[in-house]
Amino acid sequence: MVESRLTRLLLRGGAVATLAFIYAPLLVIALYAFNQNVTQAWPIENYSTKWFSVAYHNEDARDAFRLSLTAALGATAVALVLGTLASMAVSRYRFFGREVITFAVVLPIALPGIVTGLALQATILDVLGPLGVSFGLATIIIGHATFCVVVVYNNVIARMRRTTGSLDEASADLGADSWQTFRYVMFPQLRTALLAGGLLAFALSFDEVVVTIFTAGAQQTLPIWIFATLARPAQLPIVNVVALFVIVVSIIPVYIAARLAGGAGLTSDRPAKGAVAVEVEAQP
Amino acid sequence: MRRKRIAAWVALGLLVAALSVVAAGCGGGDDDGDGASAAIEGLGADLDEIKANARNEGEVNLVQWSGYAQLVDEFEAATGCTVNTKDGGSSDDMISLIQTGEYDGVSASGNASVRMMSTGDVAPIDPDLIPNYADVQEGIKDQDYNSLDGQPYGVPHGRGPNYLMFRTDDVPEDTDSWNVIWDDDQLAKYKGKISIYDDSIFIADAALWLKATQPDLGIDNPYQLTQEQFDAAVELLKKQAPNVGEYWPGTPATQIAAYTNGDSVVGTTWPYQYLQLTNASPPVPVKAIKPKEGTTGWSDTWMIYSKAAHPNCMYLWMDHMISPEAQAAVAEGFGEAPVNLKACDLTENPNHCDDFHASDESWWDDVYYWTTPTADCGDPDSGDTCVTQEDWKTAWTEIRG
Amino acid sequence: MTSVQHSETPPRASPGRRLSTFFFRHPRTRLGVLLALPVAWLVVVYFGSLVVLLVSAFWDTDPFTAEIIRTPTLENFQTIIERPVYRDVAWRTIQMALLVTLADIVLAFPIAYYMARIASPRTRSLLVVAILMPLWASYLVKVIAWRSILSDGGIINWALEPLGLSFDGYSTVGLWLVFTYLWLPFMILPVYAGLERIPESLLEASTDLGARSLTTFTRVIFPLAFPAVVAGSIFTFSLTLGDYIAPGLITSEQFIGTVIYNIRGQALPTAAAFAMVPIVVIVLYLLVARKLRAFESL
Repeated sequence: MVESRLTRLLLRGGAVATLAFIYAPLLVIALYAFNQNVTQAWPIENYSTKWFSVAYHNEDARDAFRLSLTAALGATAVALVLGTLASMAVSRYRFFGREVITFAVVLPIALPGIVTGLALQATILDVLGPLGVSFGLATIIIGHATFCVVVVYNNVIARMRRTTGSLDEASADLGADSWQTFRYVMFPQLRTALLAGGLLAFALSFDEVVVTIFTAGAQQTLPIWIFATLARPAQLPIVNVVALFVIVVSIIPVYIAARLAGGAGLTSDRPAKGAVAVEVEAQP
Repeated sequence: MRRKRIAAWVALGLLVAALSVVAAGCGGGDDDGDGASAAIEGLGADLDEIKANARNEGEVNLVQWSGYAQLVDEFEAATGCTVNTKDGGSSDDMISLIQTGEYDGVSASGNASVRMMSTGDVAPIDPDLIPNYADVQEGIKDQDYNSLDGQPYGVPHGRGPNYLMFRTDDVPEDTDSWNVIWDDDQLAKYKGKISIYDDSIFIADAALWLKATQPDLGIDNPYQLTQEQFDAAVELLKKQAPNVGEYWPGTPATQIAAYTNGDSVVGTTWPYQYLQLTNASPPVPVKAIKPKEGTTGWSDTWMIYSKAAHPNCMYLWMDHMISPEAQAAVAEGFGEAPVNLKACDLTENPNHCDDFHASDESWWDDVYYWTTPTADCGDPDSGDTCVTQEDWKTAWTEIRG
Repeated sequence: MTSVQHSETPPRASPGRRLSTFFFRHPRTRLGVLLALPVAWLVVVYFGSLVVLLVSAFWDTDPFTAEIIRTPTLENFQTIIERPVYRDVAWRTIQMALLVTLADIVLAFPIAYYMARIASPRTRSLLVVAILMPLWASYLVKVIAWRSILSDGGIINWALEPLGLSFDGYSTVGLWLVFTYLWLPFMILPVYAGLERIPESLLEASTDLGARSLTTFTRVIFPLAFPAVVAGSIFTFSLTLGDYIAPGLITSEQFIGTVIYNIRGQALPTAAAFAMVPIVVIVLYLLVARKLRAFESL
């Protein structure tokens, strides 16, 4: 360890403080899920679990939850395909416009959501509408997939930068066709990167509201349902219950993914410490 | 290499140009110039056909003000049409929603209805297909906010004033004037705790105050303002703006929370919030009044989208909303005056109609229903020019800063 | 695992094999096939929609019905340039985005460093899970929770009361807190990745040469982690720049997102014209970020 004891102590303190900052509001949400009162005053006077059963029986909330799940699965699938294709192209080939692809992939998530939303809504109304595609699950997925591509792309391309094309060539030399090469050589290398990217894409899509407001039409995904419930003061506590439910349920996939990835990389690919000394020193 | 780069830019430029041309031609807008007609595709020709078609349609999608839809379960059971509602925050919001084509109808205030009638987004109704229409108060029918060229464009829903609401533990209980949100000393006193509706239509409330306090400006109709009158109103609003604590959006929950927590103590509101606050447990100490200078208000109409996907369910819904039962429910649930006076016998509070002045036309003389400003000041023959809706909208952005 | 066999006549190739052979011999076509779908999606669908929206910035609207009139005009751009409110709102939003980015960098570094270099592998993976988890909590619900934390009767004021202080949470400061909170995980993760890439040997060398912790930090660690910081800042900056929901719920000040949202219905061309501002800002930011090699650290 290079860092002095004091530094380590301070860093540990800083880490704890940041973690506390991150989780305090989530605790507030959890507490308010048990708040008996409809209004969110502080401190909470009476606790009750009645809102859990109200939330469970709320059909709109259940339908919205289901729609969000379906849309997120669809968007993740599309993002996985498009992101992998694009990153395979960019990492293995040199072609004109290569840098533009990276730019184009990042753009949907970098541009303000309202711009993306307005643009897509106009397209759905004026272009897709006459073609028979109306607002609905398809348009929601289109909207989400567009900016989910980047998280898959980043993860896969980082992984592919770490591997060389020589394995693929060797595989071809040994007589495997493209599909076999992909299945037996490339895919195992990419697996955890795909998982990480897919998980992040799913989370992004599940929670998305800024663009979805414009692409969902009359449909309600869970965030849209929450937004609509803001207008109904009598039902506000249900929102806290639903949020708590989502947080708790999401522990499972995130934990599994972390275990599967073996801690080796959940965002971008991070090799073991020091292994990239050569790379770093080679940089100007 | 250079040639390739130039080629790429040229290609990009061509792509943009091509898309621009497409954009220019595309979305040519709906042709609504062919005379408004009450006949909507799929609508039955008589009541029995409508009821049968409705069962096939199975649903109706509505844009509404929060809290408007009432007795939904009874309606669904009786007609087989599932009701899906979307709350709109403002009239502009509601027009945008209707224009997506996803909804069958809307509860339109005057500042939405007139525009939608002009563009043809909403269709006239055929009163013969709506039995309860006959019971609507005569004074509400065929007004300029719910009819065009002699054709009725929807079923009236109810009307109400925009109240001045204040917490009685902060603001004197005998307050009876709008000065609490306009006078300099009052603004300073309640700085940061004033709650104002976030929409350009509020300029009319400023105009109303000027009508009472600066008669030499000559303001008569707070929605039709000359440039001079308009500028004075905007001036007033800009003076008020730094003292406003919240510009509440059309979602009542945020304003209700603000008054409950004491973040807001005085401002404008709809009867719905007032009822929610006084019926909360524990009740919040608020009072809501129509100040002596008068107030703005609204007389809303359920209108049907001209390309509604479920026109039969929508017609049944319109009939339902002016039935005495639904009228009584919404009058007490939202806090407004019903327009079908048969509801007065059905309200839980037997004095509801009197409390809300349902048949007292004189009370409504100084309630100025929301409507859309027009360049000709509402009278093409007068030759006057008034500030347009577009300018109201631009000014509001400036006022909000 | 195919065994290598020598036979007189090679087996008849299946269509799949023939296709792969074709692609192998024609790498450009293979590239084209790979790229076809993503390019079609991103360039045609997404970029196309953007162009359509931005072209509408040149249209006019009917002053009464707000219907779009397709006659080219520069009026909308004139409006946003001449009237000071648009400038004020844009500047206010950019300032907020920068302040949020700064706050997130400060908050992210300790925990990212701890995770990357000090924590044991087990702690590290637990911490990664702990950072990722809040991303699943609904953005809206977090904002609502903050609304109640910031209110006059909320936790912050409840804690400050015994000290005789009060805090107006429904303000720009409150919004800054909310944004900082919302985007923090997006900054922690890339910075963590970037810090982990720094080889231990460089830090040891720095210490050997006599540098104290602070010097090592400013001269070695931060410069090496800088691309990752910029990568994280892309998220914090752009997400703040365009947001319209959180500002609407926390403060009554106008931001770029809220203005565009409010006028989109009845003044779409003006909204589109104003939307050019954040687009230009972000494109410039991305170009700078690319120069700083942030794209490799995303």
